[in-house]
Amino acid sequence: MLRFIVRRLLGVIPVLFGLSIILFAFVHLLPGDPATAILGQHATPERVAAMREYLGLDDPLWQQYLNYLGNVLRGDLGSSIINNQPVLREFLIRFPATIELTVAAMIFAAGIGIPLGRYAARHAQGWSDGAVTIISLLGISIPVFVLGLTLQYIFAVQLDLLPASGRVDPRAGLEIRSNFVLIDSLLMGRPDLFMDGLSHLILPAIALGSIPLAIITRITRASVLDVNNEDYVRTARAKGLDERRISSRHIMRNAWLPVVTVLGLQVGGLLAGAVITETVFGWGGVGRYVVDGIFNRDYFVIQNTILIFALVFLVVNLLVDILYAVLNPRIRYA
Amino acid sequence: MAAPAIPVAQGVDRRASRGLWGDAARRLLRNKPAILGLCFIALFVVAAVFAPILAPYGPLEGGLAQRLDPPSPAHVMGTDSQGRDEYSRVLYGAQVSLLAGVASVVMGVAIGGTIGALAGGVGGKLDSVLMRFVDVLLAVPGILLAIGIVAFLGRGLPQIMFAVAVVNVPIFARILRGSLLSLRESDYITAARSLGASGTRILLRHLLPNSLSPLIVAATLALATAIIDVAGLGFLGLGPPDPRTPEWGTMLTDSTKFIRQAPWLLLFPGAAIVVSAVGFNLLGDGLRESLDPRMRR
Repeated sequence: MLRFIVRRLLGVIPVLFGLSIILFAFVHLLPGDPATAILGQHATPERVAAMREYLGLDDPLWQQYLNYLGNVLRGDLGSSIINNQPVLREFLIRFPATIELTVAAMIFAAGIGIPLGRYAARHAQGWSDGAVTIISLLGISIPVFVLGLTLQYIFAVQLDLLPASGRVDPRAGLEIRSNFVLIDSLLMGRPDLFMDGLSHLILPAIALGSIPLAIITRITRASVLDVNNEDYVRTARAKGLDERRISSRHIMRNAWLPVVTVLGLQVGGLLAGAVITETVFGWGGVGRYVVDGIFNRDYFVIQNTILIFALVFLVVNLLVDILYAVLNPRIRYA
Repeated sequence: MAAPAIPVAQGVDRRASRGLWGDAARRLLRNKPAILGLCFIALFVVAAVFAPILAPYGPLEGGLAQRLDPPSPAHVMGTDSQGRDEYSRVLYGAQVSLLAGVASVVMGVAIGGTIGALAGGVGGKLDSVLMRFVDVLLAVPGILLAIGIVAFLGRGLPQIMFAVAVVNVPIFARILRGSLLSLRESDYITAARSLGASGTRILLRHLLPNSLSPLIVAATLALATAIIDVAGLGFLGLGPPDPRTPEWGTMLTDSTKFIRQAPWLLLFPGAAIVVSAVGFNLLGDGLRESLDPRMRR
């Protein structure tokens, strides 16, 4: 098991290394003088000179790359050109908001998708099966921003049931500690704030979770149907076990494997989708940070948040692989 | 004696002449969801091609006097915040989406297909290097990669197409490489080789046609995501540099400011994106089932 983990861990290094080269190349191949491109046409010559110095533009390219890599490995991901705040710190401050949203979307997607997939498999070829097919088709065809805006219009504007945007009522006086609204409100002993945070979370989580919901439902259905045809399930039925026991002990234990893999693969999509969802719902997470970075032409923010996003994605995939190996001994010894 | 032999030979010939693609087309035409998908796509293509004829107004034409007018006989989909006819803009928007979607998928297939063919065909060290490159692209999730590329290359339709193409490169590269690798070892390739077929003939007559079908399926499904991604970039404000361009995603950004007064600005461009994406997804699934009969339920 340890060898498996180490092998997978080593596999991440060349990918991050390759990505750092590409991201480095992007900033340094900006048209014209990178320092001017970064600071804009109206920058004073002193600022351009300072930026040239900071980027080490007079050094050979390989040395510039090594400097960049050295800085990244030391955790120095540069600072925003706009407000001079370190990128890593700004990212970490906003990351809990994105995690809160992503986890909620995942709970929504898995919490509905897995039971729905199981139900569809049990009633295969029936009307529910057709309904699941339509849900999964719509799930992958409706963009997050269209669904988000539609939910906003129906539930916030028309029905006035849920808040349209933000993470919590700004007048409610939430003290930011961990920047997880749900945790901070509990730490303050304010269940009303907790409920307020939860009500702000519902619409963005549904919008972001719709694509994973479609995929998880489809995979669960297919996986349960596959296992359902296995000989050992037929044996279990033949010896008279009750259906609930067969479903939990025989079918689901084996049907979990593809579902877990897909759950892990969805995390990347959720992180990317969060960028758009956060824009729709005015959610102050890292997605908004990237989008603001783009409009400010804040290249270090874009360059390094993409690097951190990739790192998070790779780590999650690694964890999924390990979980997969725990669930499936055949992988470990392969 | 020769007479009865001819009809048999003709029968065999007729079946053989239908070929892989003929059989696939026949199965596709019997697949109802796929036909529905084709209809949606046809609607979308007609809107794009005949927009100048079908649209009652120009995409930029309008005055503040008709600002935010609700749907009416004069403006069936209402007007936007600049008083422009929403129906005409949705029609012209199909041009941008169709062009950007198709161009980015073609570019993605060209780049990804070349990488996959080189990796699967040449193998060895080149395979490892190319596949590590593909892993790097896969490490940055979906639209974030496109956002990054547009951020660095600057706004513009060609940049958007390239960015969305790059997102698709890993998919096509992996599919072509995978199918080339598995086909190389298959029995009918060994059989063709033992019958004395040349390397070029094996590649053109056997390997490529069989590895093309998964690529075509993936490309059709990728058209759906490409249209969504292009609109997503537009929605984030990374669309065509001229903000007046009728692009569905950019039009939706405008709708957010007037969601209370003018919900039709959300409804119509949103529905256009969903209908075209549903069309390509249905066609893609149908193609998968008809090109690979084993996939059929």
